[in-house]
Amino acid sequence: MSKPSSSPSSKTGPSRRTFLQGGGLLLGFALFGASTKPVLAASTALPVDGDVTAAFSPDAYIRIGTDGAITLILPNIEMGQGTHTGEATLIAEELEVGLDQVKAVDAPPNDKLYATAALGGQATGGSTSMRATWEPLRKAGATARMMLVAAAAAEWSVPVTECVAKLGVVTHQPTGRQLAYGALADAAARQPVPSDVTLKDPKDFQLIGKSSRRLDTPGKVNGAVTYGIDIRVPDMKVATVAACPVFGGKLGDVDDKKARAIPGVRDIVKLDNAVAVIGDHFWAAKKGLEALDITWDEGANAKIGSANIMAALKAASERKKPIMARQEGDVEGRMKAAAKKIEATYELPFLAHAPMEPINCVVHVRADECEIWVGTQVPAIAQGVAAKVTGFPLEKVILHNQLIGGGFGRRLVAESVAQATAIAKQVSYPVKVIWTREEDIQHDLYRPAYYDRISAGLGADGLPTVWVDHVAGGSVLGNYIPSGWPEDKLDDDAVEGAAKPPYDLPVIQVDWVREDPPVPITWWRGVGPTHNVFVVESFMDELAHAAGKDPVEYRRALTKNQPRAAGVLELVAEKSGWSTPLAAGMGRGISLHDAFGSYMAAVLEISVSPAGEITLHRAVVAVDCGITINPNTVEAQIEGGLIFGLSAALYSGITFSDGRVDQSNFHDYRILRNNEAPKIEIYHVKSSESPGGIGETATVSAAPALANAIFSATGKRLRTLPFNRDELKGEGADKKSVSMVPPLAAPLAAALASIKPTDTELEKL
Amino acid sequence: MIALNINGEDRTVDVPEDMPLLWVLRDVIGLTGTKFGCGIAQCGACTVQLDGRPVRSCVLPVASVGTRSITTIEAVGATPAGKKIQDAWLDLEVIQCGYCQSGQIMSASALLNRNPDPSDRDIDTAMSGNICRCGTYPRIRAAIKQAAKA
Repeated sequence: MSKPSSSPSSKTGPSRRTFLQGGGLLLGFALFGASTKPVLAASTALPVDGDVTAAFSPDAYIRIGTDGAITLILPNIEMGQGTHTGEATLIAEELEVGLDQVKAVDAPPNDKLYATAALGGQATGGSTSMRATWEPLRKAGATARMMLVAAAAAEWSVPVTECVAKLGVVTHQPTGRQLAYGALADAAARQPVPSDVTLKDPKDFQLIGKSSRRLDTPGKVNGAVTYGIDIRVPDMKVATVAACPVFGGKLGDVDDKKARAIPGVRDIVKLDNAVAVIGDHFWAAKKGLEALDITWDEGANAKIGSANIMAALKAASERKKPIMARQEGDVEGRMKAAAKKIEATYELPFLAHAPMEPINCVVHVRADECEIWVGTQVPAIAQGVAAKVTGFPLEKVILHNQLIGGGFGRRLVAESVAQATAIAKQVSYPVKVIWTREEDIQHDLYRPAYYDRISAGLGADGLPTVWVDHVAGGSVLGNYIPSGWPEDKLDDDAVEGAAKPPYDLPVIQVDWVREDPPVPITWWRGVGPTHNVFVVESFMDELAHAAGKDPVEYRRALTKNQPRAAGVLELVAEKSGWSTPLAAGMGRGISLHDAFGSYMAAVLEISVSPAGEITLHRAVVAVDCGITINPNTVEAQIEGGLIFGLSAALYSGITFSDGRVDQSNFHDYRILRNNEAPKIEIYHVKSSESPGGIGETATVSAAPALANAIFSATGKRLRTLPFNRDELKGEGADKKSVSMVPPLAAPLAAALASIKPTDTELEKL
Repeated sequence: MIALNINGEDRTVDVPEDMPLLWVLRDVIGLTGTKFGCGIAQCGACTVQLDGRPVRSCVLPVASVGTRSITTIEAVGATPAGKKIQDAWLDLEVIQCGYCQSGQIMSASALLNRNPDPSDRDIDTAMSGNICRCGTYPRIRAAIKQAAKA
């Protein structure tokens, strides 16, 4: 556990931007349990391995062969968010080719060539892909086009100004002569690289702003595409693994007699904190694993429960000195002078990612090299951890990145690649390691739990004159820093979405108390804003009701100097029919936020039955995400992101008992199903701003809009996620719980009532 | 040896009788379009058709298949309902990560096999066993309706 911090705010601390920067921060987790210390992977200046060679290779992204084949090597991984199509669109727009003329491939691991600037390394996350590549990929396309046009002009001995490129062909306009890009590839490669590149005026865009077809979907309707889990290489065996159920515990004894007798079981491999069974197929491996008699050395965390963790968070929030994220105006004075003071406490649970494709990795460790097939959001980190495990130099670790069956942050860490490599290192043949869903849920790196205290003073007009948000939770960034997170530094992820709400709040204090949980944590879709905007937007609604104002009217009064926020607010109010009356039992809730460079307002219409069951009827979303590269992809991300967030708000919460995760599969870590999803309408605010991120934006909107809709329907304010239906039951309703997940509040209350820990004990928790 | 008819082809496999069909398809036959998601029939990613009806292959012992014909995602496009569903899926850009979509398409085309004009309630019943973590549900619903009209 971290010690209380005594230092004030620091604006110079590490940030999410730096999480991958420089050799020192290029890291991934080792096998957790064995060690939660990140493993250092040195940065690389290697030539690109697995790169596509072609006659015309003007940069890291574009390859044009003499046969006319155009291959685009894209820096960000496709995991469903449409990035391959989006990034190909940016290049194709300026290269003057159609999307049907290009083939998109994943970049090989190379932190120098394929870094996402916003993250400082080769990574796909934080809704950064389109923002980071908006300029560089268009410039790459324009540069290549200029060289192709120059080559054609030289061939014809005419001025370049007389030549025009379109759909992969250069035409000499006065004579109508034409040369295709393939025919120009050799000559273009000999052209000097232009230093002055002018990008198109947005009014001339042919592809950007159009709902082009996705490049990755045709092979996804007929089983043709290959995800990491589908890889089959000659002589490959299949393994499944059990890590110590208690985080930080180790493997004790293993009696494998019964397992070895199972037909198809080939080998049993022990690791420091886990044991794997390798078989001819997954079924043999799984039966073998179940037949093992394993003794675990559970270690120091064997008594940890959710109650301890939340009690420690609460105590830290109330007693530790916070690190200031923002402090403006006379906070204390305004609070004293306020006509009315409102305060509330919000609790958020740990969350698992649970992507549909379970964790998997194929590794072949040979005498002097290691070959890996895996879908990862951080290919260079994955390569680095495998180098560390095998002791091979980086250039002897060949990594083939694969399509990902859902990431949501889970594949921003490479601890499972390290584990698979450690297993494969002990055998001579290639091994495909597949985690069961139970292993996936119980050995995730979780979105941390939070305990936030928020308060505001209202003036005579009911509007806030002062706003104070105390955030308490673990440092996600801290897990990525080998030397540990500096005690006095702000982790800006912890307060993202809280520090700068899109409102006119001149007197404001936002601070953070760090209290790291004893379980591994990482980013989860929507990162900081998913947590903080739930608190901010629920509380904004509380203030509106305390002031006796309509929630939209209240927000309108606070966004007079926030034009983009006001824009989406007005649009969603109009399109949702905010002012129209609601039927009995119905509720309507709004949330408004800006995150990842985009602005969003969402209105959710729900009903709550007397038994406390929540039905989601309709969601109306207004978005201003700047210039839209592919409207259909933006809408798909909003639909999916919203459902992802609603799923978590209604059902998701990881809890711990005796150091173990209580949930294990989709029956007790529930995901929203088709029959529960609302109808979703999406409206765009036209904008000429640079593109904002969109993959996580609607996930952020979901929980607060739902909390506010529940209040509208029932008059009950739920401040703990996931929402506990028991609190919504009407008089005389069936008292049987309808919520699938026990709420965190109950164990916390029990813990506080029974444990009553002293300060010293809390420090040790 | 167990005899199976997979996508119109007769196959024999030498596997334990209790081995789920999913792993026979993926690890023995090499048809990897059918996906592993949960192993306990909760998510539907492993859905295949037996005589046109949807089943969760992750819990179906291979010996219990018998003479029923197995259709997987690799061949469902050869059936009229499967083709309509695939076309509608692409036309409405249903798919994001795509990992659950083999199962979604198998369930949806099985629905059209027995009910050419499904209502919202019919879609609820047929599709609520298939989880999509990307949240493509609204488009799945729209695509089934479009396929039914095709």
